[in-house]
Amino acid sequence: MRWLLLKDLQILRRSPLQAALLVVYPVLIAILVGLAVSRGPEKPRVAFLNEVPENSRISLSGKRLPSANVQERICEKVECVQVHSREEAVAKVESGDVLAALVLPEDLINKINSLSTLSPGTPKVEVLVNESDPLKAGQVDDKISALLAQANLAIAKRIAVEGSKYLNLVIRGGELPVLGSQIHILGLEASAHILEAIEPAVPRGPLRVALSQVTEFANQAGQNLDIAGPLIKRLAQPIEVHKVAVGGSSPPLETFAIAVAATLTLAFVTVLLVAGSLALEREENAYPRLTRGLVSCEALLGEKVLLGTVVGLVVTILMMAGLTIFTPIEWSRFGLWLAAIVVGGAALATAGAALGAVAREVRAVSLLAFMVTLPVAFLSLVPAGAVGKGLFDVIKVITALFPFKPALEAITAGLDPSGGALGGPLLHLAILIVAYAILARVGLRRFARV
Amino acid sequence: MRARGLNKRFGERQALKDVGFEAAAGELVAVIGPNGAGKTTLLSILAGIQAADGGEVETGAGAVGWVPQQAALYRRLTVEENLLLFARLEKLPDPRASVEEMLALTGLGERRGEIVARLSGGNQQRINIAIGLMARPSVLLLDEPSVGLDPRQRARLWEFVSGLAGRGTTVIFSTHDIQEAERYGNRMLVLADGEALFDGSAEELREAVRGEAAEAADRDFETAFVAYLHHRGH
Ligand SMILES: Nc1ncnc2c1ncn2[C@@H]1O[C@H](COP(=O)(O)OP(=O)(O)O)[C@@H](O)[C@H]1O
Ligand SMILES: [Mg+2]
Repeated sequence: MRWLLLKDLQILRRSPLQAALLVVYPVLIAILVGLAVSRGPEKPRVAFLNEVPENSRISLSGKRLPSANVQERICEKVECVQVHSREEAVAKVESGDVLAALVLPEDLINKINSLSTLSPGTPKVEVLVNESDPLKAGQVDDKISALLAQANLAIAKRIAVEGSKYLNLVIRGGELPVLGSQIHILGLEASAHILEAIEPAVPRGPLRVALSQVTEFANQAGQNLDIAGPLIKRLAQPIEVHKVAVGGSSPPLETFAIAVAATLTLAFVTVLLVAGSLALEREENAYPRLTRGLVSCEALLGEKVLLGTVVGLVVTILMMAGLTIFTPIEWSRFGLWLAAIVVGGAALATAGAALGAVAREVRAVSLLAFMVTLPVAFLSLVPAGAVGKGLFDVIKVITALFPFKPALEAITAGLDPSGGALGGPLLHLAILIVAYAILARVGLRRFARV
Repeated sequence: MRARGLNKRFGERQALKDVGFEAAAGELVAVIGPNGAGKTTLLSILAGIQAADGGEVETGAGAVGWVPQQAALYRRLTVEENLLLFARLEKLPDPRASVEEMLALTGLGERRGEIVARLSGGNQQRINIAIGLMARPSVLLLDEPSVGLDPRQRARLWEFVSGLAGRGTTVIFSTHDIQEAERYGNRMLVLADGEALFDGSAEELREAVRGEAAEAADRDFETAFVAYLHHRGH
């Protein structure tokens, strides 16, 4: 068996085109997936004019909050181009050098500070956009809307807190800072107590009736305004999102992307190599000579599966090492995902052997292997809910019959603890190995006679 | 080697009908007949590549070597790599020595490092045959061995094969070249449409023709042979 393995590796070395494809293809996948994972969509360029004085701070109840770092926060989400005047900003937008300009006016912080006073102003920021590219303009609109919504929410929460404080002051009383000095506010509760205490001293008559009405109002107002506090806070964010993950946790996007890249590499290298190499035995007329007492049909199949698993493993691991340039990989779980790649590779190799058994021309078999692997890989990536239920059930059955999906599940589970259990997919793969081994053997017996 | 009552069907087509023959040690038996007569089917049943639908094959002690009609070689490996692979798979005691022996035999020692795909069909056929000989079989089955060889290579092939037979190897070869069968075979088995029409020496075949078509019998052997088939409806 080792001599056959050696022979197949020699042949692979002598087939530079195939060998190059086996290496170049996974590297391409790795680079594409790596770029997709690490970059995300390109950040829009936005001109940024900050006219807010250097040391102005948002202050609440006379206390200055630490610098809000507005600039840093905004420039995290877009690529900021610093400009120094409004004219410069306009020019950049018009020339298309930037998609939009954001102007923070000088009085912005003062206006924000006024929100928590009794005479609130309206803080404004200015956005200059170039609408010549509708697609990008829309993208900017979305970004700005999102930023604005975040800012508004943060500010609204602070205003609500301040509003509740004033309300508390009215209900329970306390100190109100005004122009540097403190004014004592009595509060409704204390007022009601005072009034209640005075009441018996007032002679019965219309005056006492009026006083008891005022006392009752003060009491009721104090109790009911209590409810208004939470109401105001709620106003700041009327709808709260409560996210509950149902049915399986999902691994981080990067992990899933690595698993997809690894499984694609493994699948194409292994299936094509095994199917092609088995067909080559017949294309070269060597099959009858070999199986005439030199090697058994099972040993030949075993050798091909071993060849596919080993080469697939090496190429996949090299590709994953290449991926580490873009995104970190859990090397501490190496044993687990190695096991997943080995078992997944063996299952894919056995499926490749079953495909390779049906025809004797390498070209025909390679085409067949490609035509089977590509759609199955594609179907395996269709998420639940993306298609109708009936169709998804069909897809589930089809993808369960080919080792791609279970190999993907195993590798995902091997890479990340949130990727699910490893045992299920490994068992699934083991069953497929047995099934495809039987199919491959029957196929060879049936088709590979002289 | 002895075969009795061999039958083989491929669907509707009866490739072999009740074929039987015997070959003694050192004998050179030519299996002749037109294309599609069943020669390859017979040899591959004798080689154990295919199972017959009926009948039996007995081989004495010792290996049966088989050289398929189409060269069974890895065209992307070198001459030496091919020979070494099969020497190792045959589990020969000293694979490298066997390779040297075969390189000397085929006269391809100088081209040992060449990729087989770059060799001529004749040279490929020589390696194909060498692989069949490597295990020193006591019976050698050659399926149309001289196809694709030039006259000089043909002469060398038969010189070598005759040498093997002279040392006791039973050689059964198929050919559709009547002259070759007459020249190199001790005996000939004539197959037509899966039936064994004749089993005997070239002289005996001429004798048989003499009784049926006297004018053809004393011309060249090919004419005599065609007359023989014609008389039997083939
Ligand atoms: N594997 C096969 N399947 C179907 N028919 C076959 C097969 N092998 C041979 N035959 C048929 O059997 C007959 C004998 O073939 P073969 O033994 O190759 O003839 P020869 O070697 O004398 O040219 C032919 O008609 C051929 O078409
Ligand atoms: Mg033939």
